[in-house]
This record gives sequence, C-alpha cells and structure tokens, in this order.
Amino acid sequence: MTVSDHPIWRRLQPVVTVLSVAVLIGIPLWLVVVTAGKSRGEALEPDLSLPAEWHLLGNLRQVWSDADVPAAVLGSLLIVVPTVAAVLGFGSLAAWILARRASRLNAVLYALGISGIILPPAVVTVVLLLRQLGLAGTAIGMIGVYTGIYLSTVIFFVTGFVRTIPAALEESAQIDGAGPFTVFRRIVLPLLRPVLATATILITLYVWNDVFYAFFVIGGRLDTLPLNLFRVASAGLYLNNWHLIFAYVILMSLPLVVVFAVAQRKVIAGITGGAVK
Amino acid sequence: MWFLLPAYAVLVVFFVLPTVFNFVYAFTDWSGFKAAINPVGFDNFTDLASNGTLFRALRITVLYAVLVAVFQNVFGFVLAVLLERDTWLNRLARVFFLIPVLMSALAVGYVFQALLKPTGGVNDMVAAVMRHPVSYAWLGDTTWTIVVVALIHAWKWMGLSMLIYLAGLKTIPEDVTEAARIDGASRWRTFWRIRSPLLAPAVTFNVATALLGSMNGFDVVQATTGGGPARTTEILNIFIYRTFGQGLFAQATTMSLVLFLLVALLAFPVIYTLRKREERL
Repeated sequence: MTVSDHPIWRRLQPVVTVLSVAVLIGIPLWLVVVTAGKSRGEALEPDLSLPAEWHLLGNLRQVWSDADVPAAVLGSLLIVVPTVAAVLGFGSLAAWILARRASRLNAVLYALGISGIILPPAVVTVVLLLRQLGLAGTAIGMIGVYTGIYLSTVIFFVTGFVRTIPAALEESAQIDGAGPFTVFRRIVLPLLRPVLATATILITLYVWNDVFYAFFVIGGRLDTLPLNLFRVASAGLYLNNWHLIFAYVILMSLPLVVVFAVAQRKVIAGITGGAVK
Repeated sequence: MWFLLPAYAVLVVFFVLPTVFNFVYAFTDWSGFKAAINPVGFDNFTDLASNGTLFRALRITVLYAVLVAVFQNVFGFVLAVLLERDTWLNRLARVFFLIPVLMSALAVGYVFQALLKPTGGVNDMVAAVMRHPVSYAWLGDTTWTIVVVALIHAWKWMGLSMLIYLAGLKTIPEDVTEAARIDGASRWRTFWRIRSPLLAPAVTFNVATALLGSMNGFDVVQATTGGGPARTTEILNIFIYRTFGQGLFAQATTMSLVLFLLVALLAFPVIYTLRKREERL
C-alpha cells in the first residue's frame, strides 16, 4: 500500500514521469548534443535550436586532436587506476584488522581512519608538503593525496561489513596452517566483493571527475580529463566556443555513461547496498 | 598489526601531516613572492575579518550548504516517491536521473551556464510561455544567483539522493503499512505518520552527504559563476583557489583552516542530532 495506489494517480504517474525526465534531464542533454553538432558561428549564442547542418563528428574530431584528449585520457587513467587499487587494497587490509581485533589502540586508529569522511583535506599545505617530498606535480603525489582522502570511506564501509561476517571461516583456515596474508587474500577478500564494488564505483566517480584537488597538486604539469576541459573552456583561444566545449563534455562523459548503461542494475544495487546500512 | 601500516602511512603523510601544517602555516606570512616564511600570529585572521572577507565567505558557504541540502533532499525524495514502483518506465527514468551524478560537475556547470545565459534556452522557454521576450541574467543577480547555483548543485546530485530514498522505502515492511490501513488510516496519514519516520536513516545519510558535499563544493560554482557576480557566490573553496593562484598562500591556508573548523563544528552536531532523531522516531 503506497500513496501511489490511488486510481487517478496510477493513471497520471507515467505521464508525470515522462514529463519530468523530458524537462529535467532531456533539455540539458538536448542542449549538449545540438550545440556540439553546430558550427562555430551557430554555437556562439547557444540555444535549443537544431543545427542547420550537423558537424558533430567533425567537432569531436577537432577536440580530440586540438585539445590533446588522448594525453588527458592517459593522465586520468594513470591516476584513477592506481588510486582505486591502493585505496581498496590498503583500506580493506587495515579494515579487516580493525574489525577483528578490538583494542583501545585500534578504536583510536579507527576513529582517526574514518575522520576523513567528514573533515576536509588541507589542500594548500598538501602542496607545500609534496614540494618538500619532491612529489609536487607528479602522478605519485596525486595518487597519494586521493588515497589519503578516500581511504576513510573504504575503512568505514569495509570495517562495518567485516563485522557482519562471522570469523569462523578465517579461524578454521588459520588452524589449517594458512598465514594471515593468505587468509586475507583467499577468504576475506572474496567475501568483501559487494562492499568493494560499491566503493569502487563511488571512488572512480569522484576521482575521474575531480578537478579541485587536481588544480592544486598537478595543475599544469600533468593533464587529466577535467583539468583539460577546464583549460579548453577558459583558454582565450576557445572562449565561448560552445560547440567544442560540449563536444568535449560528450567525449568525457561517454565512457562512464556507457559503463553505467551496461552495468546499471549492478551499479544501482552497489550504491544503495553499501550506503544504507 | 603490520597490515595497518600501508593505509596509516598514506593517511599520516597525505592527510594528517597537511592538516597539522594547516594549523601552523595559517599563522605565517607564507607567500609566493618571497622565500622566507615568518610567524605573524593572528594577523591573517584579523586581516580577513576586518575587511569583511572572512564573515562574508563563511555566510555564503553556510547558506549554499543549507540550500543544497534542502533542494537535493526535496528533489531526491519527490523523485523516489514518484518512481517507487518497479515498472519498466520507472526503472528507465531512474537511469536517466543518474546521468547527472555520473557527469563531471564542471561539465554540469558549463551546461547550465549556457542554458541560463540572458539569450539562452531557459529564457527562450519562459518567453514562449509568457509570450514576450525575457532576458533575465540568471547567473548575474547579486541576490538570487546563489540560489540558482545551489539548485544546479542539487540537480547534479538529486539522483543519488533518490536512490538512497528508494532503498529506504524498500526497507519498510509491507505489513507495517498494511496494519495501519486496516486500522483505518488514510493514505496520506499512513505515508506521513508510518512510512516517512522509518526513512530516518536515509534522511541522515542524505542530509549529511549533501551538507558535506556542498561545504566542500567548488566545481559547479567555478563553472557557472566563478564566484561572481560581485563575489556573491564566492564560497570558501573558490576563495582558496583564487588566492592560491595569486600566490597569497597564507590567506589561502587561513581560509582552508577556517573551512576545516567550520566543517568540524557544523558536521558533528548535525550528524549527532540526526542520529538522535532516528532513535526517537
């Protein structure tokens, strides 16, 4: 029994749904596609009209070569992949110990470990520290900063998850003579799959799209997709070249949207499964 | 115990140490224009407070965060109730509402910058309805632009709130609402008195993430207004980015510390209150 059971509402609901998708999502996406399909002159004042002639492929090709998108894709991958691997690997290893060994020290470490969920990172002084370490402007520095920021999320979710699975399996493996690392890799890690899936989705989303932290840490020295988009949109050469900006937006968003479209059931289940506990 | 080492080594070096540095360098004259760094006590704070920047940036950040939290939760909740049934149409609609969540916030900002231009699509549509030309500068109003930008931020994330509320609605057992109906409660009464209190954990999660996300916000504001007009949308992170770019590192560090303290002071009581509310309901 829900509010939506009223007979009139049951008739009306599909209409309201279609209308709200069309207005709230359809119009902005329409703007992106038609503007990315226009010529430079037509796109100068972007509106919702159809292009007189479609230049979508030409514009995509121009952005791809002029804005050096391949280098930015490579830069983004170079940072996202190791970050996700480090956050998940280090995070779940630590979370397993924190969940299984209850001591006062571990309680303190856990509180420290999850504080980053709430507290914002010190973006300015991290640059100073990276300079002192000789990591300023490097991929390693950026990976370290992201890992530091998102470890708390993983520690929080995974520790909560480990506490819900019984320790019996791990104990019997230990009795059979398996070392702690083997127990972790063979027994704990496979059990963590659902929660790690959630974390992978969220962290990939944040890191792939981040521009703020990237400005401070690698601004100008290494290109990622969002940094490159910002440059394209604010560089004098491209200013108000809306057809190129939106062609870039399509290139940049497409990989995530395609992955999502293919795996949407799993992604939705992943996000909600981990979040509401 | 050494399993904790890699995670905590990274945390200490890349998270804790910079935070400690934040508390140190906010009290120095660190800048891009000279090599030496000297302690200056509370000068950075008194300077920022006396020219009004500190309290304006704080007020704008808090206002922005509250607006985003309200809009994002209202939109997410309405969408969740609208799309609650598992029909194919609703499933498809949910996928569409998740597209903004996947998009880069910078890209979202540019889309709305184009839509909201005085000659842009939104004014064209308003004009078509009103039957006379409209050229309102949605992103150039010193009073209302902050609300418009908060709406854009909420638009980007409403799909995520919707998912969380949907998951929350699903956790409510059928027999609870069934029992209320048998006892003669109306649909609306069942909804507000029985079902919505059981959504409390979803509310906690959504309000907390919306508040934290918007207090740490940057991309949407940078891509739509860049802090303008007349700095009326200059939230803390925009200020930090701008002063850092100008080489005014001490000012940027000071505001970064202010943001840290603001989040610490606001977030913990809010989360605590929401948790208490969950228990009471």
